[in-house]
Amino acid sequence: MGQFLPFTKQVLKNLFSAPATTQYPFVAREYPERTRGHVDIDKDNCILCGMCMRSCPPGAINVDRAGKTWTINRFDCVQCGYCVEKCPKKCLSITPGYQEPGPEKVNYSVDVPYEPPKPAAKPAAPAGAAAPAQAAKPAEAPAPQA
Amino acid sequence: MGKRSIVPYGPQHPVLPEPIHLDLVLEDEKVLAAIPSIGFIHRGLESLTSKKDFNEMVYVAERICGICSYMHGMGYCMALEDIMNVEVPRRAEFLRTIWCEMSRLHSHLLWLGLLADGFGFESLFMHSWRLRERILDMFEASTGGRVIFSVNTIGGVLKDMPNDMLKDFVRQLDEMEKEIRDTTSIFLNDYTVKSRLVDVGILTGEDAIRRGAVGPMMRASGINVDMRKNGYAAYNEIDFEVITSNKCDSYARCEVRIGEIFQSIDIIRQAVAKIPDTEINTKVTGMPNGESIIRVEQPRGEAFYHVRANGTKFLDRFRVRTPTFANIPALTQTLQGCQYGDVPLLVLTIDPCISCTER
Repeated sequence: MGQFLPFTKQVLKNLFSAPATTQYPFVAREYPERTRGHVDIDKDNCILCGMCMRSCPPGAINVDRAGKTWTINRFDCVQCGYCVEKCPKKCLSITPGYQEPGPEKVNYSVDVPYEPPKPAAKPAAPAGAAAPAQAAKPAEAPAPQA
Repeated sequence: MGKRSIVPYGPQHPVLPEPIHLDLVLEDEKVLAAIPSIGFIHRGLESLTSKKDFNEMVYVAERICGICSYMHGMGYCMALEDIMNVEVPRRAEFLRTIWCEMSRLHSHLLWLGLLADGFGFESLFMHSWRLRERILDMFEASTGGRVIFSVNTIGGVLKDMPNDMLKDFVRQLDEMEKEIRDTTSIFLNDYTVKSRLVDVGILTGEDAIRRGAVGPMMRASGINVDMRKNGYAAYNEIDFEVITSNKCDSYARCEVRIGEIFQSIDIIRQAVAKIPDTEINTKVTGMPNGESIIRVEQPRGEAFYHVRANGTKFLDRFRVRTPTFANIPALTQTLQGCQYGDVPLLVLTIDPCISCTER
């Protein structure tokens, strides 16, 4: 008879215990602090260097220096955190909370208020495009080693 | 002599979510031979090495599999550390050991659940997975991911586990150990479970060696082989015995894996007691140039990594031989002479991961 009994204890316990699952829509799931949910940007610190764009394994990030925007396709992002590691200004972070589902794959875009330092000489209009490239040089330096 | 027929099994089959195809040669209900074919989800891992640099490949490597993801990432990092002569800090080695054993725990609990599902014991399946969930929560608290952890890097690990967190994990594992013992005793002692496992799918030690089986499949045939005994990561400082069984059947495979669950808990306890306070990673500079072969013991068995680098940021070769690939010949052996109804169960006993196999 003993061979039929091993599960009986468990069965009785199940009858009188609460469900093991969370009652989701009524009880929200609490994420641990380290959960890699989505990539956030602190736009005030961003220098538009483009390291995140170049390091991103799935190619989800796009940095437009001329248009001063930082764009991420959250549906392509795999939350690996490599961009966070590579960011020279540490303005990227991974925070809990997953990408919400949506009817369309929309890119999330941020306008970065970064003003490149003005060069000493006063060149004409295209300076805006050339200067960030210079400013970003120090950040680019480790790229060949990476 | 009965009537012979060939029955295609898979690639879509209710018992197995992953696509493997077997042509089963049947004589009435008895399987005479099984001819496997794979290649339905080939993803071209080697070709990716020409597009992703060797640092990005860490994240690609750990996406080879969703269950042993940690060890795929670690194996790849170990190969590059070997090529680049990087000394990994001791604490990182211990953290890797702890995460490896947590992976083994959740993989074996997952397998027990799938096995229970395979022989139709639904509630046992749910209980195994309920226990596994707590391990996943521990992973999420320590690495930030439940399945893909992204904590390995060439030269160490990216995240540290504070000592309080480690102590809390040990406390949680102590609590779980009793529950796991209750659940696993059903696998080992229940009459219905035994009737499906005992003397089903015999693989003798001789056959296991001849067919090149690995991992629990090999150990269940009485062969003492475990890559952890080679002492990679911090295993050289851990005291453990390789678990083997001489029964050679499906029950033995279940028994070995259950034994390894408790062994993993013990290894984590030992590692937490011995973990030193050092850095967790070293700065790695330069490009890899050379070749390396690394073997690690995954939950499913021995995985083999061959990396060849040429001094640029793109690798020449990155070849992975995963445990399921090595176990497929052993699977065809166990299928010979079994009943048709046991085929799904026997496919499950090798703990198949077809995504791993096809990379």
